[in-house]
Amino acid sequence: MDVDAVPQEGNRTMGGHRRAMYARGKDGRMLIVPSRGGEVDETVTLQALKLIHDMTEEARARVLAGKTSPLEYWMYAQRLDLPQLSQVTGFWKWRIRRHFRPEVFAKLSEETLQRYAEVMGITVEQLKRLP
Amino acid sequence: MNVVNEKFQHRHAAHCESGVAATLLTHHGAAVSEAMAFGLSSALSFAYLPFIKFAGFPLIAYRMPPKYILKGMLKPFKMRLRFETFKDQAEGARRLDELLGQGHVVGLQTSAFWLPYFPEDMRFHFNAHNLLVYGKEGDDYLISDPVAEEPQRCAADALQRARFAKGLMAPKGLLYYPESVGHTEVTADAVRRAIRKTTRIMLGFIPIIGVRGIRMLANKVAKLDPADKLSLNYAGHIVRMQEEIGTGGAGFRFLYAAFLQEAAEITGLPELSVLAERMNVIGDGWREFALKAVRMIKGRETFEPKRLADMLRSQAAQEEEFFKALKRAVA
Repeated sequence: MDVDAVPQEGNRTMGGHRRAMYARGKDGRMLIVPSRGGEVDETVTLQALKLIHDMTEEARARVLAGKTSPLEYWMYAQRLDLPQLSQVTGFWKWRIRRHFRPEVFAKLSEETLQRYAEVMGITVEQLKRLP
Repeated sequence: MNVVNEKFQHRHAAHCESGVAATLLTHHGAAVSEAMAFGLSSALSFAYLPFIKFAGFPLIAYRMPPKYILKGMLKPFKMRLRFETFKDQAEGARRLDELLGQGHVVGLQTSAFWLPYFPEDMRFHFNAHNLLVYGKEGDDYLISDPVAEEPQRCAADALQRARFAKGLMAPKGLLYYPESVGHTEVTADAVRRAIRKTTRIMLGFIPIIGVRGIRMLANKVAKLDPADKLSLNYAGHIVRMQEEIGTGGAGFRFLYAAFLQEAAEITGLPELSVLAERMNVIGDGWREFALKAVRMIKGRETFEPKRLADMLRSQAAQEEEFFKALKRAVA
């Protein structure tokens, strides 16, 4: 890649930051060029974010329909999925899935709720309902 | 607490770990570039790991696992690097302050999700993000994050969260700092050895690593069902791992080209400069693959997984020839 091929059109997911890329200068030497990003990287990040967003909104609809607990909503909202939530809490996946059942969730101990809230960086009060 | 290491100089890098390694060594008198740290630790790779899921998709890595680069610096620079992890979080914070007070620049392993200066859209749960701390002002740590253009600040409680994030590759508060650096020059011998190691990794027999790993991924991509909506996400995921996750573009291939140019001078092997240019062309091939995938994601071209798979196979073939030539060049 030549220096003038380094993407500079901008990538809104980068929040104004520039990332270092390596490209070939006029003399043939590779050098670091700060890049504002471009369509290729923007597209794939937005695509990943959209997938998370869609899952979050689907979970919200299911919470409203009484089919799942707010825990599932918050899991996606905090960019986690079931395997990751299992890793960060140390709870088995089947156990978390059980906690997705509204009637089971309603009876969870303060301690369990606290564990979820902590790894997600929210309060227990937030965890108990949709934002 | 107010302490700033005045001599410390922040540097912008493509990748966090090679950036941290190069900046730390330079701070300790061994002036090395990021590319040299990357190449000298034989960090270039390719790995398709279907059993490790990253955001629901198989992990596709274009480099060796975390800590590989730091550990790769020990021998060539006769460096003694001290690693410390903590059971007690408060102790982890206290120790960091103590080391800063003693004038150390301290490396940390963190989770990118909890770092407030990261752009919101870039904050994902990734537990092996490396950064350096070079001071503290009041409640703010002064951070040299290699992937940021300028030095950053981070409030103590946020940094604490990032250091003690849980899950896969949990950092457990890991901090590290050099106790001594015995060598400040890179030797031709170390460079040749590192290159040989990379050729072994890339041409090895494990089916999910190196050139064979690229072929394995190509086979997987060829089998994607174009009607499944997640197939496009799979293609996007490959590109994201390649272009977005601190690679300097093209899955570190350009960074390795930069290393080979330096290696040519140190070893006096002009052939390595020629190979650097070839690596550059291979990097361009990876970028074309990314562009093609994105055109399909955007619906400007029909999504044909087989065409993407063919491009991957062509990359595999080129890399195979390349690493064979590289092996001969340093034999």
